[in-house]
Amino acid sequence: MTTIKKAVAAAVVAALVPAYAAAQGTPAPGEAPLKIGVVSFLSGAAAGPFGVPARNAAEITIEMLNAAKVPAPYATKGFGGAALQMQLVDEAGSTTTQVTEFRNMVQRDNVDIVIGYISSGSCLAIAPVAEELKKLTVFFDCGTPRIFEDKSYKYVFRTASTATMDSVGAAFYVRDTMKAKVKSIAGVNQNYAWGQDSWTDFEASMKQVSPGVKVASSQMPKLFAGQYNAEISTILGAKADVVHSSFWDGDLEAFILQAGPRGLFKRSTVILTTGETAMYKLADHIPDGVVIGARGPYGPYAPDNELNKWFSKTFADRYNVPPNYAAYQMTQAILGTKAAWEKAQAANGGKRPSTEQVIAAFERLNFESPAGKVEMAIGAGHQAITETAYGVAKKVKGKMTVANVKRYPATMVNPPDGVKSSDWIANGFKK
Amino acid sequence: MSLEQFLAVLIDGIIYSAWLFVAAIGLTLIYGVMKIVNVTHGSFYALGAYAAASITGALLARGMPPALSYAVLLGSALLVTLIVAPLIERGILRFMYVKDEVVILLITYALFLILEDAIKLVWGVNPYFIAEPYGLLGSFDVFDLTYPYYNLILVGVAIVCGVGLAWMLNHTRTGKLLVAVIHDTEVSRAMGINVDRMYLFTFTFGSLLAAIGGAFTAPTVSVVPGLGVEVIVLSFAVVVIGGLGSLPGAALGAVIVGLVRSATVHYLPQAELFVIYLVMAMVLAFRPRGLFSIAEARKI
Repeated sequence: MTTIKKAVAAAVVAALVPAYAAAQGTPAPGEAPLKIGVVSFLSGAAAGPFGVPARNAAEITIEMLNAAKVPAPYATKGFGGAALQMQLVDEAGSTTTQVTEFRNMVQRDNVDIVIGYISSGSCLAIAPVAEELKKLTVFFDCGTPRIFEDKSYKYVFRTASTATMDSVGAAFYVRDTMKAKVKSIAGVNQNYAWGQDSWTDFEASMKQVSPGVKVASSQMPKLFAGQYNAEISTILGAKADVVHSSFWDGDLEAFILQAGPRGLFKRSTVILTTGETAMYKLADHIPDGVVIGARGPYGPYAPDNELNKWFSKTFADRYNVPPNYAAYQMTQAILGTKAAWEKAQAANGGKRPSTEQVIAAFERLNFESPAGKVEMAIGAGHQAITETAYGVAKKVKGKMTVANVKRYPATMVNPPDGVKSSDWIANGFKK
Repeated sequence: MSLEQFLAVLIDGIIYSAWLFVAAIGLTLIYGVMKIVNVTHGSFYALGAYAAASITGALLARGMPPALSYAVLLGSALLVTLIVAPLIERGILRFMYVKDEVVILLITYALFLILEDAIKLVWGVNPYFIAEPYGLLGSFDVFDLTYPYYNLILVGVAIVCGVGLAWMLNHTRTGKLLVAVIHDTEVSRAMGINVDRMYLFTFTFGSLLAAIGGAFTAPTVSVVPGLGVEVIVLSFAVVVIGGLGSLPGAALGAVIVGLVRSATVHYLPQAELFVIYLVMAMVLAFRPRGLFSIAEARKI
């Protein structure tokens, strides 16, 4: 070749090399979208009060994140600039079906992160599979404490407190509002893991808080039984001071509709630990004085911060109802994952982090959500604790609100790291 | 065991028995006449409940006087059954009678699953409730316990359905034809009875009874997807105890199950989950075809 041709060839190669290198190098953040598998009940009994509101929260949070419209500290687009794509999966069906769907999401559809699961049964079944497939999985709602108490997981996180907090908080609320007047308690709970664990924790906590308290009756009707006349009669006859119920959805509504005309709410102080999901719809049937739980600082108990103002308004504008606790928990999970992702990305010099790097950032992370501060403090840094709040229903000018609200800090109503909930309660809530 | 508690057990038992009876007689009637185990029964219960809740709720919101809601409950059940039941019987089941009983059971099960999803398509997944009919009539007190009068309506509906059905079977022409078909379909056909029309009538009427059960239960519960599943299981237990195809059997089965369950809830709540099946097992151990099983002539 002549000298000129060599020079031109060299110049062309020199021009092409950087372009070639850029194409081969690590993708800058924001290039490939992130696929998030979102699992929630879209059919079946749990869809109405939990699954669909959670789905709506996921939809709107992801949409707002992609448009970078979420207030600080979540103002960047998507996760660290990468747009989010939601893949929705229905949690209905047996746990076997759920495990199959999880494998499909991970192996066939190549999702990057899975956020979901309402049923404790699903969570218990999915956790080992997530570990096996090494896929970052964030549980947002399921309540069983057993996940991180019985085993430890590297790839699994839960961004909401366990059901223990609901029961302990309820007992503390009784202690602080009823003092010496509680001599007997009764319970109406669904006869499966959730109902049994809720009652066991509440009974144990009450025995610590009011030593000598008697259990007048513990009713455990079948899940979805729907007819509670006999149970209500028994509890009315038992004349307990406090009645505890962790009923949800149709069962909760049926219970409220059946217990009201029979005078149960007048005779005893009734605690509905998931009452927030029914309090607006059944406002006319819930008299003042019924203790309403929201499974944490959600809904009417959420703090008045910027994130909550944004979330409650955006959600209500889109879906015409205020967000309930399931919606708050889903958004909390997504924002927590974003916080961990961006922390890992910053530590990785601005490049897309690996799953292991995100996990390292997520462990023991503290982040802000519309419900306030969330600390990933127990379960070896994989289980969140939050504060909780209880109040009583009160109608103000015809609108349902909560009154006499008492808040309990996170460390007071959650066990310390490494201690099982049942042991912690039995030892008198030692920190 | 105090008198007050005993009375509570009795009253709760009777209320529960009434509910079970209304839910179960349609099932036993359909089996008695058509010899099919009709799993779609639960769907009609759910359809009745959903129709009653949505129609009554809509009319109440438009200012209908609450006193009329009881008639609307009945009307909704009638409306939804008259639309769906003949469609199913003429459209699908009619072609299946020649097949094995197990195949027909599977077909009705498939129909049940389809109807469950159809209900979700039409009414969505959120719960419905109409509370006005329940509280409207006030309540009465038995010692320290308060019961709404509405429960007496449920008992009334059960008695009317039971007595009405018995009267129809024994004192009307259609009833006597049905009894003939119950005893032997082939001979009835040979005698000139239009068995196909009897089947259509029976299926519609049995499903109507299920829908009425659902409609009158709707004011006391929150109508949710999956409402029909609970009912099928309990109805089967009651009907099997009493004897498939026997009306007095269904009544006795309902009373036994209702009282036993009520007593268990009051005195031994932990056993409540399985006590019904315990009763069923004990009855079947001694009388495998149920308490009032119809004597059947041996065929070959």
